Amino acid sequence: MPQHGDTDPRSAVDKLIASDRVPADARTDQLTEADIWAILDEVKDPEVPAVSVVELGIVRAVHWDGKELSVDVTPTYSGCPATELIEELIEEALRAAGFRNPRIKQVLTPAWTTDWITDEGREKLRAFGIAPPQGSASKRSLLGESEVITCPHCGSTNTERVSEFGSTACKALYRCKDCLEPFDYFKCI
Amino acid sequence: MTQKEALTEYLLRLADSDMILGQRLCELCGKAPALEEEMALMNVALDLVGQARNWYEYAAELIDDGRDADKLAFRRDAHDYRNLLLTEQPNEDYAVTMGRQFFYDAWHYFTLKSLVNASDERVAAIAAKALKEVTYHLRRSSEWVKRLGDGTEESHRRMQDAVDILWRFTGELITPDETDRLMAEAGIGPDPEQLKEDWRGLVKEVLQEATLTPQPDDAWMYLGGKRGEHTEHLGFILAEMQFLQRAYPDATTW
Repeated sequence: MPQHGDTDPRSAVDKLIASDRVPADARTDQLTEADIWAILDEVKDPEVPAVSVVELGIVRAVHWDGKELSVDVTPTYSGCPATELIEELIEEALRAAGFRNPRIKQVLTPAWTTDWITDEGREKLRAFGIAPPQGSASKRSLLGESEVITCPHCGSTNTERVSEFGSTACKALYRCKDCLEPFDYFKCI
Repeated sequence: MTQKEALTEYLLRLADSDMILGQRLCELCGKAPALEEEMALMNVALDLVGQARNWYEYAAELIDDGRDADKLAFRRDAHDYRNLLLTEQPNEDYAVTMGRQFFYDAWHYFTLKSLVNASDERVAAIAAKALKEVTYHLRRSSEWVKRLGDGTEESHRRMQDAVDILWRFTGELITPDETDRLMAEAGIGPDPEQLKEDWRGLVKEVLQEATLTPQPDDAWMYLGGKRGEHTEHLGFILAEMQFLQRAYPDATTW
């Protein structure tokens, strides 16, 4: 049995089961923070599996001292129903990589905005058929003028908004007037 | 009233108003006038319930009697609820649904905009997150009020009726009581006079653009939601919303 701290509240059976899930040769003490970011980059968003939680800017920080690991995550929307699932997926990925007791901490500040989505994440959204947020959220103002949104399918800017809200809280519904395809737009907040 | 008691009370008001309006909006799930509208309403409701949870969690920590966010939402009776009366009013037709939303969103927007600078860091963090969402809500509901008000003869008549029906519940949004004043003095809540001025300014501007007539500022107003005195509607909402937790307390699998 691997050594656990005295503070581990899990039962002996739970600990045994958890240790069985870890590959025998998993040596987390050799892993660097960059390795952990790479592991997290493999965790996909459950709603938009084309992008990872890192690319979406949901993972805020990784704290790793060679023994204790904690990961800061932030919700995209206050009521995003995927938040808990994302936290579970992250914990599962870290446990599978050999971390026995990763802590997932939710942080609210600074609040998530679409500016946190990486350039690579934006390109993957587009390729997936979702128009990425255009421009910077910080420049948007209340009751702002409508933006020009590019169709992710044909590249036309001849598009119109069908609904301010789309299939999830973070998206709006658009339609391309050239290729006639409807598409989701990742709202700029 | 100590500052901690006032803050707890204030958090419950924010949470309860979000929760009740979110529940009201969800009544339209499956029967909104159009698919896009349904998605929009459910998205707004989801934001509000998410925000309510954040406020409830903080309130639960301050109350510290073993109750969590779920217990505060599902095990308190009507007289313990602190939501604004406006939020419990029935959906009626779409003009009322959107009018209620607009009056609330305008109040919510200016309140959160002030809370972002609260001396209490936790309040500021929750508000910063919520403000981004509510900005979106306000834009949408104000557009609907304009579209219906400045639309056909029928839509104008209905939107004006909605304003007249709801107006008596709006005084509460901008009439401060001791809790509101204590929160403002503590550098947490908005300055009541500023909130009143901002709310009235925006509402008048939007109603004017919508060719609608507001009722006078000194019209008779219902107050009382903030002290737990509600209209008859709240009991029915809670009966439906709390049924499962009342019938099967602490059930974790449905």
